[in-house]
This record gives sequence, structure tokens and C-alpha cells, in this order.
Amino acid sequence: MNHTTHRPVFLNLLRIRQSVMAVLSIFHRISGVLMVLALPVLVYLLSLSLRDAQGFAQAADLLQHPVVRLLLVLLGWAFTHHLLAGIRFMLLDFDIGISRAAARASAWLVLSASLLALAALFVFYWLPGVMS
Amino acid sequence: MSWRAAAGLRSWLLQRLSALYIVVFLLALASAWGGGAVSFEAWRAWVAQPLANVGLMLFVLALLGHAWVGARDVVMDYVKPVQWRYLLLVSIGLVLAGLALWSLRIVLLVSG
Repeated sequence: MNHTTHRPVFLNLLRIRQSVMAVLSIFHRISGVLMVLALPVLVYLLSLSLRDAQGFAQAADLLQHPVVRLLLVLLGWAFTHHLLAGIRFMLLDFDIGISRAAARASAWLVLSASLLALAALFVFYWLPGVMS
Repeated sequence: MSWRAAAGLRSWLLQRLSALYIVVFLLALASAWGGGAVSFEAWRAWVAQPLANVGLMLFVLALLGHAWVGARDVVMDYVKPVQWRYLLLVSIGLVLAGLALWSLRIVLLVSG
């Protein structure tokens, strides 16, 4: 038995050049996991905000903290990416834009839009809060 | 197709239906508040409304159900040793179920 060939077999995902669709898909997962990790904090904020006026003010104060606001920027990106990529995946489920060219184009579109949203959140939401 | 055989299809459907409801609820929330300043009284009064109250509880269930299906898929794809997989899935399930009960309690106490 001699099955040895000299073709490279890259099972290491980091060594394979990924397509834009694959990048989009892994970001969909990463953004989803980020939001799941944020859930306990979000439920805590919900409970604070509805407890009494002091709790509401406490929650509002917490959301003004620069580090918390930076985390909100990250969560804002995660939500935007997850939403846009999710809409794209759902359209693909219905065979809309399923051709290779269209799927590549929509993947680039979603990826640029989510990165644009990240930049916009940083510049228009985070920076003004730190400057003031 | 039996109930068990349709397990994958059920998760697939749950993921899409919950996603749609999450988006619809967030749009309703955004249109109700429209980016303006919110006071504690107005926020609590809004949550106490029957429609918003039930809508918020459904949102909690949709969000945590969506999180469960997604997290389970991620664990099943990347965690192979069966004991780690079980430990992780049980932990995530317990935390998400706890968060669901906690959120429902918060929302129910507002209407009560």
C-alpha cells in the first residue's frame, strides 16, 4: 500500500486562504457567541432599569462608562453583522442570490456594511462620549 | 417524518422564526422610543402595557431559544470529546434557562 502523495493537505484552517463567504460565516458565529456572552449583563441591566428610579439611573450611569461604551460598540458591530449576514443566509435559503457570483457579491456587501457600521459606531458614538 | 427525525429541521425553523420575531420586536421597540430620552416612569409604564409586556416575554423566549440553537451548533462543531461536549451543553442550557426565568420574572413583576 502506497498512498503517499506530495500534495499538501492543509487541515489547519489558518493555513487555508478562506473565501469571503467563509469569513462572513465565521464572523456570523463570532458575533453570535459575543452576544450570547453579553446576555447575562443585558438581563442584569433590564432588571436594574425596571426595579426602581435609582436602579434605572444606575443602569444609565453604567452605560456612560467609556469601557462599557466600547463594549457596546463591539456589541453594536456584532448585532449589525449578525443581522445582515442572517438576512443574507435566509435569502440563500430561498435560493435568492445563490449563484456563485451573486453570493460572493452579497458577502462582500455585508462584510463592508458591517465594518462600516463598526467604524461609524466608533466615530459617532464612542469618540464623542470620550471627548466630552 | 417522525418528531425525532425532524429534530434538525425543527432547530432550523426555530432559528429562522425566532430571528424574524427578534427583528420585528426590536423595530417595534425602536419605533416606540425613537432615540429620545427615556425616563424611568415612562419605561416602566410602557413595559406594564399588556401588549408590550407579552411582546417582551416572547422576545426573551425567542432570543434565548435562538441563542441556545446557535450556541449548541457552535459547541457541536468545535468540541469533539463527548464528555466536554455534554458538560458545555448542560452548562450553557442551564445558564440560558436561568436567564429566561430571571427575565420573565422581571417582566412579569412589572405588570403585577
